[in-house]
Amino acid sequence: MSVPTELGYTAKHEWVAVEDGIATVGITAFAAESLGDIVFVETPSVGDEVTAGETAGEVESTKSVSDIYSPVSGEVVEVNETLEDSPETINSAPFEGGWLFKVRFSEEPADLLSAEEYTKLTEGEN
Amino acid sequence: MSEPTSSPRLTALHKIHEEAGATLVDFAGWLMPLRYGSETAEHKAVREAAGLFDLSHMGEIRLTGPQADQALDHALAGYLSKLKVGRARYTMITAEDGGVLDDLIVYRLGEREYLVVANAANVSVVASALTERAAGFDVEVVDESPEYSLIAIQGPRAVEILAPLTDADLDEIRYFAGYEHTVAGVPVLLARTGYTGEDGFEIFVKPADRAPEIWSALISGGADLGLVPAGLSARDTLRMEAGMPLYGQELTSDLTPFDAGLGRVVRLDKSGDFVGRAALEEASRTARDKRLVGFVARGRRPLRKGQDVLRDGSVVGTITSGAPSPTLGRPIAMAYVDGDLDTTTGTFTVDVRGRGEEVDVVELPFYKRRS
Repeated sequence: MSVPTELGYTAKHEWVAVEDGIATVGITAFAAESLGDIVFVETPSVGDEVTAGETAGEVESTKSVSDIYSPVSGEVVEVNETLEDSPETINSAPFEGGWLFKVRFSEEPADLLSAEEYTKLTEGEN
Repeated sequence: MSEPTSSPRLTALHKIHEEAGATLVDFAGWLMPLRYGSETAEHKAVREAAGLFDLSHMGEIRLTGPQADQALDHALAGYLSKLKVGRARYTMITAEDGGVLDDLIVYRLGEREYLVVANAANVSVVASALTERAAGFDVEVVDESPEYSLIAIQGPRAVEILAPLTDADLDEIRYFAGYEHTVAGVPVLLARTGYTGEDGFEIFVKPADRAPEIWSALISGGADLGLVPAGLSARDTLRMEAGMPLYGQELTSDLTPFDAGLGRVVRLDKSGDFVGRAALEEASRTARDKRLVGFVARGRRPLRKGQDVLRDGSVVGTITSGAPSPTLGRPIAMAYVDGDLDTTTGTFTVDVRGRGEEVDVVELPFYKRRS
């Protein structure tokens, strides 16, 4: 399973890409694969404040509903609107077209796992 | 009830599922494939080509003896003595109060021989009820579930895929019929039945450990025609689209077959007494408390079991099964609503975790194959 090395990860299976004060957030390939076909996504809205470790949306698959936890605190500046009509993009391209939302953060996200650490964690769950 | 076990049982096809990369789940005490890859793709394959299912968790109970027919007429809601040899019937077993203990398919294998197919979670309940109810008859009841594997091939290309691998002339096997044949050289009971809303076959394999030969032969022969292995997730959305009830959801011991809109399975016209007759006669005469209705959502948020259905803001029912429908491209649900509810007026919503999702009432089934 792919785990891009340039990204940061959470134990709750989100990934974070940080660039110029903006964090892009998504769920990992491992999470998408575990959930099955994703059929509905609820992201926060642009302008919403999100808090690290708290729920910021929902992902629904054929069989389940899962919360999305924001890995960072800050203001949502963009959401992936293509997911409304094509939530399956999260299954096909979790680290690219399947990103969920972008946050302008005040502080660098802390306590993120490296790709190596995250891989170890998922191996434990398999 | 299923017996409490520390680890789930494995079917004879377990190794094949593991090698195919299946996601496995504990289902009624069995470790079963939930999906192999995308469950939506598996669902669509069954609608457009064919899917292969391992249903070895289902139960097979054999009744043999000169009074097997009378024993079943007494034990079940159906009129099984009328069933012709080689044919099958969808029926139910109820408690004395008319509550459904399980829904069943019964095959008449011979004048004196029947095979009762029960849901995995209910096998021991059904086997003991049949044994108890058959006590006064000259018949032997044997739970042969451990000796059987069950494979289903379902979809519009099932005939084309199966034909070269069997000695049967598939055109001669009508819907709800089953006969002794061979598939991939293995002797089986080959039945034209299913739970997907498509044409297809269920293949009862005894001894159970010969199932891998059949499975592999079908996959090798059928892959080019679009046959894929399909898991329980696809099976559930397929049966839901076809408006078929699932025991534990649309059918429970608190409901009679009439509540579920399946009063036709209760044969009050049969001679003699049968378990549940008095209660079922009463249920056939009285207005139903509940009625099973289909809903399609206007939005994309899936509807789920347990969610409340509201009309103009008042709760009028509860969803028993709900899922995104791959064929309709929208969420669907079956729900019990108040029996006297007029569903032709008002605005219907479903309470999805505090949000009112708009839904429309539709006729069941959601999907019917072109014949």
